[in-house]
Amino acid sequence: MIGDTTLETKNVADLSHLRAQFPILSETVHGKPLVFLDSAASAQKPDAVIDAMSTMMRTQYANIHRGLHWMSERATEAYEVARSRVATLLGANAREEIVFTRNSTEAINLVAYSFGSLLKPGQAVLISEMEHHSNIVPWQLLRDRVGVELRVAPVTDDGDLDIEAYGDQLSDGKVALVAITHMSNVLGTVTPARRLADMAHAAGAKILFDGSQAVVHRRVDVRALDADFYVFTGHKLYGPSGIGALWARRELLEEMPPFMGGGDMISTVTFEHSTWAPPPAKFEAGTPAIVEAVGLGAAIDWVEGVGFDAISAHEAALTAHALRVLPEVPGLKIVGRPADRGGVVSFTMEDVHPHDIATLLDRNGIAVRAGHHCAEPLMRRLGLNATARASFGVYTTEAEITVLAETLARIRSFFV
Amino acid sequence: MDGDSLYDTLIVRRAREPRHAGELADATVKAAGNNPLCGDRIALGVRVDGDRIAAARHVTKGCAICAASADLMAGSIEGRTLSEALDMAGRFHHMLGNGSPVELDDLPESMAAFLPLKTHRSRLRCATLPWTALEEALGHD
Repeated sequence: MIGDTTLETKNVADLSHLRAQFPILSETVHGKPLVFLDSAASAQKPDAVIDAMSTMMRTQYANIHRGLHWMSERATEAYEVARSRVATLLGANAREEIVFTRNSTEAINLVAYSFGSLLKPGQAVLISEMEHHSNIVPWQLLRDRVGVELRVAPVTDDGDLDIEAYGDQLSDGKVALVAITHMSNVLGTVTPARRLADMAHAAGAKILFDGSQAVVHRRVDVRALDADFYVFTGHKLYGPSGIGALWARRELLEEMPPFMGGGDMISTVTFEHSTWAPPPAKFEAGTPAIVEAVGLGAAIDWVEGVGFDAISAHEAALTAHALRVLPEVPGLKIVGRPADRGGVVSFTMEDVHPHDIATLLDRNGIAVRAGHHCAEPLMRRLGLNATARASFGVYTTEAEITVLAETLARIRSFFV
Repeated sequence: MDGDSLYDTLIVRRAREPRHAGELADATVKAAGNNPLCGDRIALGVRVDGDRIAAARHVTKGCAICAASADLMAGSIEGRTLSEALDMAGRFHHMLGNGSPVELDDLPESMAAFLPLKTHRSRLRCATLPWTALEEALGHD
C-alpha cells in the first residue's frame, strides 16, 4: 500500500503513520521512549517484513530447488521472487546476476576468494582508508594467499577520498580490482562512485562497491555507476539479519570459480569430478536463508513503496538538522566534513569518552553506537580511539535528534 | 541525569582527577591491558619491593569507568603484599560476576562504586581491564 507508506516530505516531523508500522518503536527502554539512532548498525523492521516471514513459515515453507511437491515449488518461487526484487532494487540486467549471501561481509569474502583466485602475484587490490573491517580483512587474506599487493587510497582531513592519490595508486596499471565503500559507516561520506569506476576502468581495473550503508539511503543503479560488483546486507535495509546480496556482471560470475561447495551449486557430481551449476546457483551452496530472503524481498517492496526520493529528502533534512543542533552542545565536535554525506554523524565530546556518552544516552532511552565502528585504520587516520555515532533511518524524527542534543548537553555538564 | 548511579561521584572525580596516573620510572613489573572491542588501553607500572607493592601507576586511555577503576586499583594495592593484591583482583572479578554475592567488607569501600555495572554488562570489561592487567603484571594466570 504505497499510500500508507509515502513519506510526507513537506512535513518530515509527521511520521506517525510510518512509525506505527515499526512495532519496536513503541517500546520503552529504562522507562523512557526508545529513541533509536543506531540504524547504520542495523535497522528496525516494519510489520511488512515481520508478517512476510511469519506468513512464509506458517503457510508455504519447505526447502527450495529440491522438492517436487507443492510446498517446495511455492517456497522456491517466493525465494526467486525475492531475488528479482534485489535485481530491480539495484538496476541489474538480470536476476541471475544476484547471488544471495549471509551479509555484505560474506559477499566481499566471496569475491575476494573467488575472483581473487584469478589474480596473480604482481597484480594489486586497491581499497581506501575509510573501509569497514569487512572490506579490509578479506583482501589481506587474499594478499597472503595469492601474493597480490594491497594498496590503500588515503582520505582527506575532511573525510573525503583523496581522488588525486586514488588516481596515483591506479596509474601503474597493476590494480586488478578496486574495493571501496559507497558510503562510510563512520563519516557518512558518500564516495563519487561513477567517477571512481571510470578511473578504475581507464586503468584496467574492476571495481567493487560496498553498498551496506549507501543502498539504504538513496537509489543505487549499478549500471549507471558502471560497477562490476556491488554488495549490501539486508538487515540495514529494514530486512532481517542473515541475508545479503552480491551483484556482479554476469560474465564475471561465469568466469569465477565457486566459493563454497555443496548441494545446489553443482551440475553433476562423481567421486572423481564435479561440474558447476550456472550462476547464481554456483555460488549458493547448501540450503540458503529462505525465510530471510523472503523477508528481504518484503523489505525492498516496503522501501520502494516509501520511495527513495522521499527517503533521501527526509534523511538529508535530518542530517542538516543534526549538523545544526549538535555543534551547539558544549564541547561537541562533529568528525568529518565530507562533500556529500548520508544520514550518519560521528562526534566526540570534550571530557566525556564515547562509551560513557553511549551508556548515559542509553539510560535515557537513546541508542547510539560508540567505539571504532569496525574501522580502526580510519580511526587511527583521524587520531581518535573512538567516536559516538548517531545514524538515522526512515523512521527517525527531528524531535529525536533534538532530544539527543539536549541529553548530550546534560551529560557534558555532569562531567565538567 | 539517569544513569548516575553508575556514574558515581567518586568514579567521575577519579576519572577526571586521577591520583595515581603517570609513568612509574622505577617500575619492576609492567603490563598493558587492551580492550579491542572499545579501544580502552591501560599501561600499568608496579614497583615490587620484597613481597610488597611499593608503588603503582597507570596511564589509561579510555572511558571514565576504566580510568577510575585503574586509579582506584592503583591506590588500593599500594602497600599490599602480592598475594593480597591478587586476592583483591579475584574478589573484584567475583563482585561483578554472576556468582554468589561477595562480602563487600573484603574490598576497599571505593570498589562498591562499580556494583551498578552488574546491570550494565556491556561495560564490565571497562572496570575489570586494570585488574586483569595487574594479574598479568604479577604473573597470575
